[in-house]
Amino acid sequence: MSAISSPQTGPKPSQPTLAINNLSVRIGDSDRCVVRDLSLSLPPGGTLALVGESGSGKTMAARAVLGLLPSPLRVAQGSQILFEGTDLCQQPESALRRVRGARIGMVFQEPMVSLNPSMSIGEQMAEGMRLHTRLSRAEIRDRSLAMLERIRIPNPGACLSAYPHEFSGGMRQRIMLASVMLLRPALLIADEPTTALDTLVSREVLDLMIELTHENNTAVLLISHDLGMVARYMRDVVVMKDGAAVEQGTASSVLREPAHAYTRRLVDALPRRSATTARRTTGAPLVSVHDLAITYPGRQRLFSRSAPTEAMRGVSLTIREGETLALVGGSGSGKTTLGRALVGLVQPSAGQMRFRGQPLDWRMPAPGLRQQIQMVFQDPYSSLDPRQRIGAIVAEPLRLEPDLSPAARRERTEEMLQAVGLDGSFMDRLPHQLSGGQRQRVAIARALVRKPAFVVADEPVSALDMTVQAQILRLIRELQDRMGFACLFVSHDLGAVEQVADRVAVMQAGRIVEEGTRDAIFDAPENPYTIALLEAAMLIDRRFGQPEAAQ
Amino acid sequence: MIAQTFRSLRALRINALLGLGIVLLVLMVAALAPWISPMDPLQINLRARLAPPQEGFPLGADEFGRDVLSRLIAGARTSVTIALITVCVAVVLGSFIGVIAGYRRGWTDRLLMIVNDSMLAFPGLLLALGIMAVFGASRNGIIVALGLAYSPVVVRVVRGSVMSIREREYIEASRVIGNSEWVTMLRHVLPNCLAPVLMVATMMFGWVILAESALSFLGLGVPPPAPSWGNMLNTARPHIAQAPQLILFPGLCITLTLLGVNMLGDAVRDWMDPKMEGMA
Repeated sequence: MSAISSPQTGPKPSQPTLAINNLSVRIGDSDRCVVRDLSLSLPPGGTLALVGESGSGKTMAARAVLGLLPSPLRVAQGSQILFEGTDLCQQPESALRRVRGARIGMVFQEPMVSLNPSMSIGEQMAEGMRLHTRLSRAEIRDRSLAMLERIRIPNPGACLSAYPHEFSGGMRQRIMLASVMLLRPALLIADEPTTALDTLVSREVLDLMIELTHENNTAVLLISHDLGMVARYMRDVVVMKDGAAVEQGTASSVLREPAHAYTRRLVDALPRRSATTARRTTGAPLVSVHDLAITYPGRQRLFSRSAPTEAMRGVSLTIREGETLALVGGSGSGKTTLGRALVGLVQPSAGQMRFRGQPLDWRMPAPGLRQQIQMVFQDPYSSLDPRQRIGAIVAEPLRLEPDLSPAARRERTEEMLQAVGLDGSFMDRLPHQLSGGQRQRVAIARALVRKPAFVVADEPVSALDMTVQAQILRLIRELQDRMGFACLFVSHDLGAVEQVADRVAVMQAGRIVEEGTRDAIFDAPENPYTIALLEAAMLIDRRFGQPEAAQ
Repeated sequence: MIAQTFRSLRALRINALLGLGIVLLVLMVAALAPWISPMDPLQINLRARLAPPQEGFPLGADEFGRDVLSRLIAGARTSVTIALITVCVAVVLGSFIGVIAGYRRGWTDRLLMIVNDSMLAFPGLLLALGIMAVFGASRNGIIVALGLAYSPVVVRVVRGSVMSIREREYIEASRVIGNSEWVTMLRHVLPNCLAPVLMVATMMFGWVILAESALSFLGLGVPPPAPSWGNMLNTARPHIAQAPQLILFPGLCITLTLLGVNMLGDAVRDWMDPKMEGMA
């Protein structure tokens, strides 16, 4: 204990843990800034969120605190970053190294890549303590064990010698958090720590973060684009746009009465049911699934095969013409697998799928079936071939329609691009020149260009910013009204589901546990799992104005 | 960031131009060899044996008094042609097998890789020797032998990147659109795994020139007295003490060509990278 807290040479009790005055971050020597005149103050044990869309400079502001700006970026003259009274901008690199980890901890966005895959969990947890304390091996081990127990990792002893790939994303993020908090830093910077996780898990991680930081009186600087989450967990909020703070104050007041137009836009983008009404679903059954089971073959081991995993069993569903059925569940619940089976990417091991009353068998598909059933993928960054131009991507499905002339093909392509809100100038661009939202528009155009009757959308907005999410969801709804396709909307995000779904089916561990109209599920859930999901979803209408951390 | 990008872009252009220049020069010399050669590369002049560079022999003469410059020019034709065609053979063959193995996986992959790995287990030269025993010592023999011997490396590289690319969502998207496996492989998988192949190909260009010289040394390469850079190096070896320039000049030719090919290869790789577009 003493070894850890020794550098803490008496900050006055009134002194803020972190005070940033007029922080600007420049690109090289140019006048262009990614952060402009940012000022904020964070008392010991306080919680503050930097909120903004991607590119608003929130991550760079946090990185500047740690002195970890990527190379051409630098902190401009006149900026002040006071950490416990010392200006970090004036400190040499060696002094910063003593502060990083020991006094300021950082948790990154991607738990899949921020842990070193070739080091055991024990070694990674010990690394910080070996660097910043003089504890013996045995003491380090004891503390790691105690911490793992504290964060409720089952079987902590075995965990120490295990490697990151053996854990799920949520577990990894908890371990990451634990190893950062082991050093009891005065400030924790968390950069979108739960963006990569599903709702239930991300709530667990955040609860744990608040618990641990509260125990150690650690101040938290959270970077996020998720206002619902911020409202629930943080006391103060700074809203950033194009590198400058446009509004700051306590989270509840800023979110309840946004003063700046940009903040209002962010708040408006929050999922709310009032925006749309669920349609009555009376159409004829289009796709039906009866008693479906899907089993993944076991992994090949050295001499044997591991037991096959059952992704789902006994699943029955019906999707009617023109309606949107949302399939909801945590990761590993089998919801994505069902979507993939319907488009033929996975073969079911038992049960039946039907399309317009005819059996649906992708191993010998009926002619013309492919153009009736299409899919929009989750990640617009990897679902577009980086070498193809946008025009070619959207036109590609049309190549499979033999009696379409090149001119007609081009016309249909342009028409489709227009329908998703992209003008003709996008035809010749490459995917990497587009933003995430634009890419997802392209992916939607590709799926719809042959006018399918049924579209599977696999988490189509989970990789996008809040405001962009709202736009894409509105677009899907709009296109559906115009083109009349039915949609299976696979998602873990109840906020998104609430905006597009007509009916909702909840999946847990490979089975459907509850099914009903949207309003029935959201207003009167019956299954405990559905209730837990709704609890975790932090829908702002429900939870507004009661930030837990502020209590 | 912007300034840095500009700097690296300019550096890249210079490298690309230099590489292109060297490669074009070598190719031109190879193409025009019979017309620009100052003397007959096979004409023996025993009085000029091992002569240093002088009037009439700009780069000196070899152990039979043949003009080194003329022989280098004629050798460029042999060496460069062999290297180019061999690399093409290896890359086309290797990519084809690699894409199929990586994309189909399962038994196809296992069978192809058993054959491939057993070929990799032999040193390339030994393998080439074996194959040449079948095809006989000639220019075409060398090309077939070295092409076959080096293709397993390409197979490995291509299969590796195909395995990672086939997991991307755009490959699944291509299946969902309704493309056949072959169309998916050719239109989406293959173009996206060419960057590492290009790198291997430029390195292989060097290996082939050297391997050809080793084969020539064993009497299986380009049969003497026809010159190639490789066999010039080898025949100069016993005279290294009296006439070091005999080793120097062909060695320099090989090095410079490799340098040019490598720089050009890098530039082509960057140029083919879609991410470079829109950065200038």
